[in-house]
Amino acid sequence: MIWQLDLLVLSLVVICGVGALMIKDLLGSAILFGAYSFMMCVLWAVMGAVDVAFTEAAVGAGVSTVFFVAAVFRTTRRTKD
Amino acid sequence: MKLLGLAIVAVTGAFLIWATGEFPDWGDPHSPASLHVSPRYIEKTLEETSVPNAVTSVLADYRGYDTMFETTVIFAAGVSCFILLRLFGKEEPDTVHYRHLLTGLTIRVRRKREGLEQLGEFERMDSVWTPHDLILRTLSRFLIPFIQLFALYVIAHGHHSPGGGFQGGVILGASLILMAISQDMKSALDRLGERTLAMLSAIGVSVYAGTGALCLVLGSNFLDYAALAEIFRVDPVEARSLGIFLVEVGVGIAVMATMILIYHNLASQGRLDEGL
Repeated sequence: MIWQLDLLVLSLVVICGVGALMIKDLLGSAILFGAYSFMMCVLWAVMGAVDVAFTEAAVGAGVSTVFFVAAVFRTTRRTKD
Repeated sequence: MKLLGLAIVAVTGAFLIWATGEFPDWGDPHSPASLHVSPRYIEKTLEETSVPNAVTSVLADYRGYDTMFETTVIFAAGVSCFILLRLFGKEEPDTVHYRHLLTGLTIRVRRKREGLEQLGEFERMDSVWTPHDLILRTLSRFLIPFIQLFALYVIAHGHHSPGGGFQGGVILGASLILMAISQDMKSALDRLGERTLAMLSAIGVSVYAGTGALCLVLGSNFLDYAALAEIFRVDPVEARSLGIFLVEVGVGIAVMATMILIYHNLASQGRLDEGL
């Protein structure tokens, strides 16, 4: 892969990961976590692990984001800490 | 306390980054992993199992135990979600909304009255009910069959392309979760009830373990699909491919049912009468 693009995806992974931890709004955190998963999926696909990328896209970016949103919807949207 | 935590995280992170220096380079043909185990699988997969996708044959055949217990973990996750939310998180709403079907009037009743629904003139409403978006509803109704068809393709075509029971099961579950989100949970539960889902979840794991046990009965090792050749009346190589397919179907059923079950319990706090 073109190394500039690789660097961009890698830095997006770090930004999304740190952002998901830092942000106070839990709904935003869930969406950032989905974005993180999707970037990881791109990285897996680039490294040739297509099966892992497929699982990451289906489970990490898809269903687990839905689970997080459902859990936020039934609890609180703001963190206490 | 926060500073202490930060220091521990920084030190652990530094150790981890330092340790990655010892790893072999990415795709290094002389790394231990590529020297001892991988060549055996890459060279012999097609001749031993007639499955072109080596990942599938490693997951479901050579490392069959691993995948079986992964499926069991998924099942256990579904059951524990059910127990946590259903047994401990139960809280009945004080008031319940009903709609009179003939006039469209909405009434609010203290506690759930069983008699009202049996009259046939009232319909239970969600307290957070919002009018359905026509575009969203129509589009997802149009999309869901295609998503399900793709999921079945992913399960069935796992031998030749990326995919398999796990991914296909998740996509199949996601299509039914989409139905619960875009319409309401009641109509999703009418299609595939909670009892059926829990049974399917257990059946999926049993299909996997049962395939293994069948091999045991036929006088071979547990999960040695070559023994199934007598039943399918094919040669042992083809039987291993068919055994992998059977197992993938089991994984698909278990994962699909568990995903929907977790969503339903999570979205309704275990009450299962209201959707998102």
